[in-house]
Amino acid sequence: MEKIAVKIDDLTVAYNYKPVLWDIDLEIPEGVLMAIVGPNGAGKSTLIKSILGILKPIAGSVSIYGKSYEKQRSLVAYVPQKGSVDWDFPTTALDVVMMGTYGSLGWIKRPRQKEKKAALEALEKVGMLPFKNRQISQLSGGQQQRIFLARALVQNASIYFMDEPFQGVDATTEIAIINILKELRKAGKTVIVVHHDLQTVPEYFDWVTFLNVKKIATGPVKDIFNDDNLTKTYGINYKVSIQE
Amino acid sequence: MSSAQIEIQLIASLVAIACAIPGTFLVLRKMAMISDAISHSILPGIVIGFFITHDLNSPILILLAALTGIITVILVEYIQKTGLVKEDTAIGLVFPALFSIGVILIAKNANDVHLDVDAVLLGELAFAPFDRLMISGVDVGPKSLWIIGSILLITVSLLFAFFKELKVSTFDKGLAASLGFSPAIIHYGLMSVSSITTVGAFDAVGAILVVALMIAPAATAYLLTTDLKKMLGLAIGFGMFSAIAGYWVAHWLDASIAGSITTVLGLLFFLVYLFAPSKGVIAVLYKEKQQRIEVSLLTFLLHLKNHNEEVERHVNHLNEHINWQKVRSKTVLELALKNNMIIINDSIVSLTEKGDEFTSLAIDYIITNEDSQIEGMKDDFFLFRG
Repeated sequence: MEKIAVKIDDLTVAYNYKPVLWDIDLEIPEGVLMAIVGPNGAGKSTLIKSILGILKPIAGSVSIYGKSYEKQRSLVAYVPQKGSVDWDFPTTALDVVMMGTYGSLGWIKRPRQKEKKAALEALEKVGMLPFKNRQISQLSGGQQQRIFLARALVQNASIYFMDEPFQGVDATTEIAIINILKELRKAGKTVIVVHHDLQTVPEYFDWVTFLNVKKIATGPVKDIFNDDNLTKTYGINYKVSIQE
Repeated sequence: MSSAQIEIQLIASLVAIACAIPGTFLVLRKMAMISDAISHSILPGIVIGFFITHDLNSPILILLAALTGIITVILVEYIQKTGLVKEDTAIGLVFPALFSIGVILIAKNANDVHLDVDAVLLGELAFAPFDRLMISGVDVGPKSLWIIGSILLITVSLLFAFFKELKVSTFDKGLAASLGFSPAIIHYGLMSVSSITTVGAFDAVGAILVVALMIAPAATAYLLTTDLKKMLGLAIGFGMFSAIAGYWVAHWLDASIAGSITTVLGLLFFLVYLFAPSKGVIAVLYKEKQQRIEVSLLTFLLHLKNHNEEVERHVNHLNEHINWQKVRSKTVLELALKNNMIIINDSIVSLTEKGDEFTSLAIDYIITNEDSQIEGMKDDFFLFRG
């Protein structure tokens, strides 16, 4: 049997005592490229943030390869929603990517040549090397998303969590990003993506989790990405034609 | 210059530097008003500390007062977390309450406390040189110089040690948390430094002006640079300049030193706000005007590209047809001619090869949003600079 990368047991998360995630059990196998889909307010971002210890659950537990997240930090990279940061912050593209190396450095230690080299390589991979010294507010939405992706790549993790990486990006960037995600999967990495565009799920992903406060279903796209689960998740009759 | 004058300027400069460092991060974290809250609500801490220590310069008093600053932050966050009121309202509720407790404590004990509300609000730098620190009978300088010097030393060491952590948690709290740099620890660390600095600077510049020293230099620097280290450097520079210039303005006007320093800070900000090269008001207005002209130029070139019939390309027709209100067609014609993008024969306008190529590239860019093709055009045209 394949290894389980992320295991979630009985996870409940609440804001002001109102549960946004209710008793979630979820196992994510190693090496999948998984979409988390669900309507607005379904708790998709909350799920990722709880796995990463950014939010404290009121019940339940999360393990990464059998151990707590705190012990496995170095195996995990995170791409937050692009809108969650202030892009007017005085810094450059290269500097933002370098932040990906901070985790392996730990407290106090400064990044050096080695970290800079890794950051430049990651920028190259996402096609942003020519923009390395550009102030981040001077980048387009798609370029900013690529910078975020490069920052995750530089962490050289085993599991990647991405919160809506395709939001507000142009078609070229979307293709560039999905190609990189597919490469990561080929290299045996596990990639978990909060995703909005249901039409592209069968094309981009091989695994899917339906979420709406509770977990509706999880499994291979070809088995469970169907009208029945979509209707259960979104509450209205959903018809998505799936290419066989 | 007398030695007292030098000492005052030195104290003012150190206060300015010590304030500019946490101030830069407060501005970037959009927490400027928190420094206002801290500066007022440390008053009861200072008064109570004074009852206990009977020494305004005692380190215990400074720590006690700084603790009140932290309590302020916690209270504000607690009230905000209930979701019943927003952050600015929470700030507005907490600090006047704490401040007024301080005011009442002073008034009730006016005979015992060598503090008055004026000094608390505005500080009095001019008296700082009179309170000397004596070590085994030797005068080593004014006490406030030693206090603010020590605080500055701590602040600078913390800045060097935790620059990376401060940067990442200020820019992206979520990433910082996922990497294991607890944003809460960094947040309260910054709040502690801000509180201690405020107490240390309080004596010299008072509760109202300490806010100006924290926020104004950083806000001014923010308009001038896109690099965090440079922003810190500039903020420190602006703070020091205002401290020294403010002293001499006060000297010349025979007015309050703290008031003069703040006035200089305000003027400095206003000048930069107007004249900053890329973010300043004048630069922005100029850029907008250029963009308006360039959009018109592009519209005009596109019109030429789309129409071969002479009637559409006659100078007079262009005047009627492309009916701009803000940019006269003459300006656009001249700009196009100057850049060799058009030629005019017998009042008939035609695109040159360069004009044709430019139009195709520009349209391509607008349709595809692919940046790579227009890198070269960015130098000449505002329109393509993001």
